Amino acid sequence: MRKDYWNKPEMGLWERLYIFEVIRGLCITGSVFLGNMWKWLTFRKGALTAYYPEELRSDYSPNNRGRHVLTQRDNGQVQCVSCNMCATVCPAYAIEILSTANFADPCHPKAPERFEIDYSRCIFCGFCVEACPEDAIRMVKEVPDFPGFDRDRMWAGMDLLMNWRPMRDPAKHYPTPQAPLREVPE
Amino acid sequence: MIQDLVVYLLFIGYAIGFMLGLATLFTWVERKQSAVMADRIGANRCYIRIPFTNVRLVAWGLFHGIADGAKMLLKENFTPHTYDRFCYNLAPWLAAAPVLLVFSVVPFGGTVTPGRLLPQLHAFFGERSYLMQVASLDAGILVVLSLSGIGILGTMLAGWSSNNKFSLLGAARAASQMISYEVAMGLALISLVVTYGTLDLNGMVTRQSGLLLGFLPAWGIFMQPLAFLLFLTAAIAENKRVPFDLPECESELVAGYFTEYTAMKMGLFMLSEFIEIVVVSALLVTMFLGGYNLPYLSAGGFVLPGGASWALPHLAVVLLQVGTFAAKVILAGCFQIQVRWSLPRFRYDQLMGFGWKFLLPLAALNLVVTACVRWWTL
Repeated sequence: MRKDYWNKPEMGLWERLYIFEVIRGLCITGSVFLGNMWKWLTFRKGALTAYYPEELRSDYSPNNRGRHVLTQRDNGQVQCVSCNMCATVCPAYAIEILSTANFADPCHPKAPERFEIDYSRCIFCGFCVEACPEDAIRMVKEVPDFPGFDRDRMWAGMDLLMNWRPMRDPAKHYPTPQAPLREVPE
Repeated sequence: MIQDLVVYLLFIGYAIGFMLGLATLFTWVERKQSAVMADRIGANRCYIRIPFTNVRLVAWGLFHGIADGAKMLLKENFTPHTYDRFCYNLAPWLAAAPVLLVFSVVPFGGTVTPGRLLPQLHAFFGERSYLMQVASLDAGILVVLSLSGIGILGTMLAGWSSNNKFSLLGAARAASQMISYEVAMGLALISLVVTYGTLDLNGMVTRQSGLLLGFLPAWGIFMQPLAFLLFLTAAIAENKRVPFDLPECESELVAGYFTEYTAMKMGLFMLSEFIEIVVVSALLVTMFLGGYNLPYLSAGGFVLPGGASWALPHLAVVLLQVGTFAAKVILAGCFQIQVRWSLPRFRYDQLMGFGWKFLLPLAALNLVVTACVRWWTL
């Protein structure tokens, strides 16, 4: 017999009786429910969801570029020379730099006093990384930990931007950061 | 007489509290159960902060019911440009009130003799005994059917008076669906009436207190398994929930017949849906799952099939019966929620075909077979 429409399902008598397939479906969902419920009752997590602001997910792709870091010299000074090229190229105007003079280091007399990125505006395009002549700003796979009700609280300052562990850069010997990781500036 | 008033006021309070409390609980159960079924966490953002501390009581998201209620009460009460204000405002009440009334004939416990519960009460109550039921009517099932028939009026009025085509379509679908499934439901119940020989719900529960074949509780689900399935299907269809949610399908009709309702008027429709889960569960439990009967529990205590018995005081028996009924209702409600989150929806023609070509002949066949068996065994 010709089908009424091309993907009309062909159902046997068993499926057509409906009730047995309904019971099978209920058994499937019921078994998932009971399995997950058993996990919850034995104090384990029976869900795939991450509790977002309380819990950071660990399965970001290695290609994810979610957060900026400022690289450091051997002596722990920030590598940025505050040339403002990243702030100039930034399409979202998210970077603000306040420069200062550092006469103790004659090779790099200009350094940022404050380097702030507004993550409520950043579009994660990576242009700042491309523009930097000093390899001073990079992006890593984590995301900034900024859920909140206030856009003014979504600025990342130098304490956060320099607070990372460059394990995979053997060319440079970085000091271990002293401040705890993921500290949100108030 | 004053004793009767006290007892029945207590019964009415218990019935209303039972329904509204369980309906609120089921809004939470629905969210959490569907979440656990789908590997999710479910609603857990609502909390109550203990004053002067930073301790937040989340309580597995139980406060979401309170938050929902507060939200619905405080929202803007929008009224569409309708020519029929009276019907528009009447419809939510007409949808919610009959659902609440159905529970009045459902027995939620056995016979209670208040004088024998506690010795202090004996002087006031004497030896009076009451059926734990708000109204013990002879025509219990007929009252249930007629009251649940009134609910259609609220739906239709809501759709008609909203002056909105989505609402009107939803109301038309609701009317045809509820009327056609009420036929199958009625026939399934008639075969049950033939089996038990009574229309009184309390009489039905009493009939289910015995044993089948010496060990199986004589519940309706064992006596009339087909009628149980038919009634369950028809009851979910009456409730307009997902396998049969055509009157309010979100994907086609926005919200169906209550598209134009906001705030607590919409809340009444929602609440009546959840109360209806409770009522349908209560009816299922009463007619098919033994009501307040715990297997092997009689009015004097447990009597096991081996001949062993364990006498219990009257207070313990009453509490056990009431608790059994509540637990059964909660389990039946959870089963309905499981059905709602497992099964795909019907199309409209499939829905009508299922009702008229599948359920109705099966119900009629069941009735004929039941009547024949009843005739031979009489």
